[in-house]
Amino acid sequence: MSILLDEKTRVIVQGFTGDKGTFHTREMIAYGTNVVGGVTPGKGGTTHLDRPVFNTVKEAVANTGAAASLILVPAPFCADAIMEAADAGIRLVVTITDGVPAQDMMRVKRYLWRYAKERRTTLIGPNCAGMISAGRAMMGIMPGHIYTRGPVGVVTRSGTLGYEAAAQLQALGVGITTSVGIGGDPINGSSFVDILALFEQDRETEAVMMIGEIGGPQEADAALFVKEQMTKPVIGYVAGLTAPKGRRMGHAGAIISAFGDTAAEKAEIMRSAGLMVAPSPAELGVTVVHALRQQPSRPVMVQR
Amino acid sequence: MDIHEYQAKELLSGFGVPVPKGGVAYSAEQAVYRATEVGGTRWVVKAQIHSGARGRAGGVKVCTTDADVRQAAKDLLGKTLVTVQTGPEGLPVHRLLVEQALPIERELYVGLVLDRKRERIVVVAHPHGGMEIEEIAQREPAAILREDVEPAVGMQGFQARELAFGLGLAPSQVSQAVTAILGAYRAFRELDATMVEINPLVVTQTGQVLALDVKMSFDDNAMFRRPNVAELRDYAQEDPREAEAAEHGLNYVALDGDIGCIINGAGLAMATMDMIKHAGGEPANFLDIGGGASPDRVTAAFRLVLSDKKVRAILVNVFAGINRCDWVARGVVQAVREVQVAVPLVVRLAGTNVEEGRRILADSGLPILTADTLSEAAERVVAARDRVRAA
Repeated sequence: MSILLDEKTRVIVQGFTGDKGTFHTREMIAYGTNVVGGVTPGKGGTTHLDRPVFNTVKEAVANTGAAASLILVPAPFCADAIMEAADAGIRLVVTITDGVPAQDMMRVKRYLWRYAKERRTTLIGPNCAGMISAGRAMMGIMPGHIYTRGPVGVVTRSGTLGYEAAAQLQALGVGITTSVGIGGDPINGSSFVDILALFEQDRETEAVMMIGEIGGPQEADAALFVKEQMTKPVIGYVAGLTAPKGRRMGHAGAIISAFGDTAAEKAEIMRSAGLMVAPSPAELGVTVVHALRQQPSRPVMVQR
Repeated sequence: MDIHEYQAKELLSGFGVPVPKGGVAYSAEQAVYRATEVGGTRWVVKAQIHSGARGRAGGVKVCTTDADVRQAAKDLLGKTLVTVQTGPEGLPVHRLLVEQALPIERELYVGLVLDRKRERIVVVAHPHGGMEIEEIAQREPAAILREDVEPAVGMQGFQARELAFGLGLAPSQVSQAVTAILGAYRAFRELDATMVEINPLVVTQTGQVLALDVKMSFDDNAMFRRPNVAELRDYAQEDPREAEAAEHGLNYVALDGDIGCIINGAGLAMATMDMIKHAGGEPANFLDIGGGASPDRVTAAFRLVLSDKKVRAILVNVFAGINRCDWVARGVVQAVREVQVAVPLVVRLAGTNVEEGRRILADSGLPILTADTLSEAAERVVAARDRVRAA
């Protein structure tokens, strides 16, 4: 099992024929992802990477049965692309694009709510590295080889810090079910809570690593959710101990502007909610291993 | 992106928000001219810097004669103003706002922000203006009024009325306040702001409602479609290194420590800085070189980090995904040769093609210290910094 994505999931790419679309689609196919086609308005009817190109997402869905879409279109057109995918009935949209205006995301989130829960789209991102179900399928731009299949779910706001966690786990012989990058923007598709809830339901996931950073209320909301609703151990980390107040640290959402926004405050909220918090970013992997060992009923699954 | 008070007032006034009569001045002569233009017998001369709390720092002067205005302008222009918000370096005053001074009856607070939890615009109001909202929230949290705006339909008149009556305004003032609040909301929405603060919104002794001081911030990600806002950017109010970084597609924030950092990814950058602190050091900067770490970009990053004279050692930490390590290593070697790095350099590479990357660093013959893990990298750079300090 994994969450949201596996080797059977039919995936299309919006922004398929561009440089980025071509490069990353190749990587995704090489990893084993079931890419069934793509969308580039105006290039419908042609073929790219041996797969059909469509003008609209609706056409792509009708012809391929696609259920998921990876969005690699430039920021000014991103909100439109997400809404098009949602309207065409795509159930999972992963948006890599960085630089989407916050008010566009506000509109997108509101738009997604117009659909009944049974057919509502799960949006991951924007401004993220995407997601990967280790050994199964990848919708994103991460280096696939650092993810081994195993029992740990990973959810992270940062892309490269997510790689760091995956590599530390791999070095310790511990694998991953699915790793989800929720992105560094102030308003994003899925929150920590949304993804934690999926990991709690997933039979293969035995523990979850949650990597946050300064700014915003999501880590605190997640800590409360873990305390009240989760049975699986959750290991937390919050980046940005040295970040000054009021300065944006790269990510649009990584800014300390309110009470509870600092790394130290968030880590304390996590600890008091019963999460195990990695003492430093060099100890993400060992803290997870420690947490798994404290679960005697669930032996650590090591990939050979 | 932040703008000046006078710019924010001009923008808001275009959306029907009433503001005092006034205008910008770049010189003492211009300030006197503005005062004449505004008319009356009492003016305020306000230093324009990207910071609040200017009054307490001596940046706002009340004048009653032309000579006063001239003197105030002379005193302020060219000065570096240090407020509680600017940090000890302060910000330079190159522009002034000269406004009519008004007899004030009441000061109120009105602020609009993008609420990350609710994912919508929230309008906050409080009957006691003039203080910082954090201070208000601490002292009298119960008196804070708020209205959430439904994104699909926008702010409605009744919401602004509820706020205005909630502030205890007289019926004749309510309609003026409603105009101001709805105007501020439309400006927020149509200009892609992230914050509009009218603090204070005042009621004058003649019963007029006016935005006496205004602050606006904008979403950098939306500036591509707001050229009339983007052009208001004042580079003199920013750290020149940050502006230069932006030109190279880099993200740089200057800090107080002495260990320079060059990292890919915002989260990994913050984590690496945390690790430096754990190892007993202090980072000199945050620097995210982003996804495509071309040799040119890496070279620009080195130049930027070394332009901070406090830097006594540099740590490069790149976890290569799309970038392969061999490509990054070539960039580092090229940069070190070109920029002539005179401080110790620790490089940690991980990810795609890591062996090849390490070999390129080793074969370069340059005095580059390498590290395999994050903790090793942090320990080595702190040790190198300590050796430089001791020497």
